[in-house]
Amino acid sequence: MDWINAAVQGILLGGLYALFAVGLSLVFGTMRLVNLAHGDLTVLPAYVALMLVNAMRFNPFYSIPITMVILFIVGYLLQRGLLNFVVGRGDIAGVIVTFGISIVLQNALLLGFTANSQGLDAGRVENLSIKINERLAVGWLPLIIFLMAIVVITALQLYMNWTKMGRAFRAVSDDQEAARLMGVNTKHVWAVALGVSLLIVTIGGVMMGIRTTFDPLLGSQRLIFAFEAVIIGGMGSAWGTLLGGVILGVAQTLGAQAFGSAWSILVGHVVFVIILAFRPQGFLAKTVTA
Amino acid sequence: MNTTAPISETTSKRFEIWVANRTNLYVGLGGLAILVVLILFPFFGGTPWTRRLVDFFALLALAQFWNLMLGYAGLISVGQQGFIGIGSYTLWLFADMLGIHPFISVIFAAIGGAIIALPAAALVFKLKGGYLAIGTWVIAEIMRLIVANIKRTGGGSGVTIQAASKLGTSVRVPGSYWWALAAAVIAIACTYFLLRSRTGLGLKAMRDNDLAAESMGVNIWRSKLYTYVIAGAGCAMVGAIVAIHLLRVQPAAAFSVNWTAYLIFISVIGGVGTIEGPIIGTLIYFVLRETTAKYGEWYFIILGLLAIVVTVWSPAGIYGYVIRKTGFYLFPLQRKVRWLAGNGKRAVVTAGEGGAS
Repeated sequence: MDWINAAVQGILLGGLYALFAVGLSLVFGTMRLVNLAHGDLTVLPAYVALMLVNAMRFNPFYSIPITMVILFIVGYLLQRGLLNFVVGRGDIAGVIVTFGISIVLQNALLLGFTANSQGLDAGRVENLSIKINERLAVGWLPLIIFLMAIVVITALQLYMNWTKMGRAFRAVSDDQEAARLMGVNTKHVWAVALGVSLLIVTIGGVMMGIRTTFDPLLGSQRLIFAFEAVIIGGMGSAWGTLLGGVILGVAQTLGAQAFGSAWSILVGHVVFVIILAFRPQGFLAKTVTA
Repeated sequence: MNTTAPISETTSKRFEIWVANRTNLYVGLGGLAILVVLILFPFFGGTPWTRRLVDFFALLALAQFWNLMLGYAGLISVGQQGFIGIGSYTLWLFADMLGIHPFISVIFAAIGGAIIALPAAALVFKLKGGYLAIGTWVIAEIMRLIVANIKRTGGGSGVTIQAASKLGTSVRVPGSYWWALAAAVIAIACTYFLLRSRTGLGLKAMRDNDLAAESMGVNIWRSKLYTYVIAGAGCAMVGAIVAIHLLRVQPAAAFSVNWTAYLIFISVIGGVGTIEGPIIGTLIYFVLRETTAKYGEWYFIILGLLAIVVTVWSPAGIYGYVIRKTGFYLFPLQRKVRWLAGNGKRAVVTAGEGGAS
C-alpha cells in the first residue's frame, strides 16, 4: 500500500511539473527561445504573493488572480523590452540572456528576502486530505494543483485553437516571416506568449508556496524538472507535458520509496536520461524540429 | 608563425594564403617573454599574489575550454561545473585513496573527465541549442547528486585533500600555480592548434552553417564530440588543480552552477569565438571581483546585467570591437587571400571570422 500511496503522490506531483513545463514549452513553441530564467520566474510569483499577503492580510488564495495579472505584465514587458531583441538571433544569444536574467533575478530575490525559506499560510486547507483508507490519503492541495493543470492545459488548447491570438501563436510558430507578412505583429505576439507562460506558472508557483516553503535558490531545480517533463512528454505537445510531468513525479516518489528521500531527485534524473537515450523525441511529440 | 603557402599557379590570377604577419611574430616573441616571467613568478611574486594568479589561470583555462565549445562548435554548455566537480573528486580519489602524488593525480583527473564526457556527449547531443544547454546542466546535477549521496565521498559536507595539505604551503602554492599556468597554456594551445587543423576548419564551417558544412563532408557529430571531450577533460583538470589549491572539496561548491555564470560572463564580455576574448574577459572579471565581490548579491547582479547588455547590444564583446577597429588578431586563425595579380596591386580578402551571435 505504501507503494500505491507513493505512486499516487507522484501522479499529483506530476500536475505541478506540468504547470511549470507548459509555460516553458509555450515560449519555445512560439519563438524558439529556451528560457533559462523559467525556473526563477516560477519562484518570483510566490514572492509577489507573499508581499501582497503581507500588505493586504488576506488568504493567499485570493492573491493568485492578482499575482497572475502582475506576472502577465512582467512577462509582457520583459519580452518587449529585452527578449524580443534576441528572438531569431539563434540559440546562443537566447540562452546567454535568459541565463543572465536567471542570475539577476535569483540574486535580487536573495537581496530582498534573504536565503531563508518563506511560506504562505492558507490556514487549515493545507493539511486537509481525503482519507481513502488507513494508509492511503490524498491531500486536497496536491489534488487541486493536479486538477488545475488539467484545466490550464484544456484552456490553453481551446485558446490556441479558437481565438485570434491563439491562431497568431500557431502562425508565428510555423513560419515567422509568413505570419509577419499576413499582418501579425510578431513582437506583440511573443510578448503575449511570455505573459501567458508566466501567468500559467504563477498558479503552480503560488500553490507550491502555500503547500510547502520556498526560497530564491529553487529556480534552477524547477527549470530542470520542467525541461525533463517537456522532453519526456515530447516537444510541442501540451498533454505530453502532463504525461512527462507524471512520469517524472512518479519516478521521484517511487525512487524515494525505494532508496530513501535523498535519492528521489536523482532517480527522476536517471529515468529522464534513460528515456532521452531510447526515445529522444518523447512520447507524444508533435514536431520533430528542435 | 609565418605560414605562407602558395596554392595555385595555374590560373590567370596567382594568389597565396597567409595566416600570420610580421606583427604577429613580434607579438609572439613578446608573449614568450611574458610566459617566461610568469613561470618564474612564484620565486619573486610572494604567496598572496601567487595564490590570486592560481585563481586567474584556472578561470582563464575554463573560459578557454567553454569558449572552444561555444565559439567554435556552437555547443552551449551550462553544465561544465559537472566536470569541474568530477575533476576535484577524482583528484581526491587518486591522491588520498590510492596514494598517488597530487600533482600527478591531476593527469588522472583529466582522463576521468574525458571518460565521463563520452557517454554524456552521446546523451546531450540528442538535444539541440538551448535544450542541449539544460541537458548539460542535468548531467552536472546527476554527478553532483551521486557524489553528495555517497557516504565514502563525505556526502554533502565533502572531503579534505589530506595528501595536498601534507605538502606544505611552500610546495603546494607554487605547484598549483604551475599547474594552473600549464592548464591555461594547454587550453590556449589546444584551441589554437585544433582550430588551425582540418577539424578546426570544419568546426568553423559548422558553426556558421551546419547544413552546408555537412554537405561539404564535415563530420559534425565527430567534430562536436572532439570539442566536448577536450572541454570535459580540461575542466576536470582545472577542477583537480582548484581542489589542491583550496584543500577542501564540497559538492555544493565544486558542482556549483556559479562556475558557469563566471565562464559565460568572461567569454561574453571578452568576446566569444576568439582566443583573446576570454583573456580580456578574465582580466575584467578579476578587477570586478577584487572591487565588488564583498557586496555579494550585487556582484552577481552586475555580472548578469553586463552579460545581458553585451549579448543584446554588442554580441562580439570587447575583443570583437577591437577587431572591427584594427583587424588585428593576437592569435591569427583566419586564412587571408593575397592576390599576386599582374597590376602589382595587392588586395587582401579576409575570410569571415568573429563571434557567434
